[in-house]
Amino acid sequence: MGPDQILFYVLGGVAVVASLMVIGQRNPIHSVLLLIASFGGLSGLYILLDAPFVAVIQIIIYAGAIMVLFLFVVMLLNVAREDTEQDERVHVQVHRGSMRLGAVLAGLLVVELVWALASAGTLGGTFGPMAGLPAPVTSVHVIGQVLFTRYAFPFEVTSILILVAMVGAVVLARRETPRPAAGADAAGGSEERPAF
Amino acid sequence: MTPILIAQIVLLLFVFFMLLNSAAIMVYVERKVAAMLQQRLGPYLVGPRGLLQPFADVLKLMFKEDLRPTAADAFLFSLAPIISVTAAFAAFAVVPFGAETTFFGLLSHPIPLQVADVNVAVLVIFAIASMGVYGIVLAGWSSNSKYSLLGGLRSSAQMISYELSYGLALAAVLLIGNSLSLTHVVNGQAGYWFHVIPRWYVFVQPVGFAIFMIAGIAETNRAPFDFPEAEQELVAGYHTEYSSMRFAMFFMAEYINMVTVSAVAVDLFLGGWHGPFLPASLGWIWFLVKVGALLFFYVWMRWTLPRYRYDQLMAFGWKILLPIAALNLLATAAGVIHFGA
Repeated sequence: MGPDQILFYVLGGVAVVASLMVIGQRNPIHSVLLLIASFGGLSGLYILLDAPFVAVIQIIIYAGAIMVLFLFVVMLLNVAREDTEQDERVHVQVHRGSMRLGAVLAGLLVVELVWALASAGTLGGTFGPMAGLPAPVTSVHVIGQVLFTRYAFPFEVTSILILVAMVGAVVLARRETPRPAAGADAAGGSEERPAF
Repeated sequence: MTPILIAQIVLLLFVFFMLLNSAAIMVYVERKVAAMLQQRLGPYLVGPRGLLQPFADVLKLMFKEDLRPTAADAFLFSLAPIISVTAAFAAFAVVPFGAETTFFGLLSHPIPLQVADVNVAVLVIFAIASMGVYGIVLAGWSSNSKYSLLGGLRSSAQMISYELSYGLALAAVLLIGNSLSLTHVVNGQAGYWFHVIPRWYVFVQPVGFAIFMIAGIAETNRAPFDFPEAEQELVAGYHTEYSSMRFAMFFMAEYINMVTVSAVAVDLFLGGWHGPFLPASLGWIWFLVKVGALLFFYVWMRWTLPRYRYDQLMAFGWKILLPIAALNLLATAAGVIHFGA
């Protein structure tokens, strides 16, 4: 085995083992941290695939930004409730119906994955090097060009989708507060302050 | 082992050693400058002019008892300072601090004065900085103390908010520099306009530089943005429960982060190692001078400005700094298209 292969197995092992351990943790903070470790392993695999840009973006977006938000939410939930409830809180209340629905969805995902992997070779080489692209200068150049020419439409649609999700989150999170009488506390400072 | 490999390893160890020392030097400078600004003497007893004070401090910290709250999460409590200090050191690995050199002819062909020449260096710094947040957040959470937790929460909110402006300011420079490699960006700043003004990007990107410095101060949790450890409100914030060398590691990480942010600012905006009077092989002297000036600026800010209020900090980050940074990026992109890079 060459060094690349050893690295592949080490990084792949980290990603798989950490992902499996995520669901086995009692403490949600530990789950979040293991997920970060898993993302780190994936990022290493991207570097092995000679895609440093994707690797770094993986760290910045997933391990950095998104997981910090996860951690933030988990920590806020810990603050909001008392320690006595800790065990009930970690184990989400089990409902038969939701478990069945989850099992069906998981089964569908497995079928989908198997189908995608099996047909990857026959569907016009999705995983192979993309033909007809300009000679790779660096991966950043290539990604940028492809993103804003060939995949411009999906790219823009995705951004609108994310915007819609953001607006939805704001609408859901906004609490209707009774308007203060006109003139009373016009600055309204204290209400808008975050709680921490 | 080839001489090049040996030279790289020596360089790596040297950078590590210098970063360790820079923390000690910055502690001394901070205390001396603070004393100057407040008409005091500052440390003067240990060694000539108090120069050995940082080493005395380190010795003192080593011999202090290492306390851990009983209710703390033992593993994460130990992990947090390690994450902080590792991220601080790792970020500097991709920062170039001098032109290519053969070390006075010792090597057959020149190597860059940089631990790792990565072609996405700027993004790597950004990625490692976002990992550094975990050190503080976990320290806050694992201590199981309300002050620590509040400090950790504040820091994560603050860092997420200011990382955006920080990234947008970086992106504007990268548009002009036309590369993600720091070495490339620095070399784009060689030479002069009209034989007088150095071609530093700070003259093309004054707004970007201002945003970068403000967001950089917020990212390193320095006053006037030192909310994670606001003494009057949170005792000592996220490191309230830490003592001895674990506390020292957080302290060290803060100063090394300052050095890294300053070094990146010098590379991106202030022409890196390019400067008049000195030959290219001694460019690192210019680099040190510029980084020193920015670090002084940091210390100066801390002892001049009072701390913001927390809601002001958030409002400033989201409602003022971020729109300005976005407009700056837009204007830069338009300029690059119109005038060519």
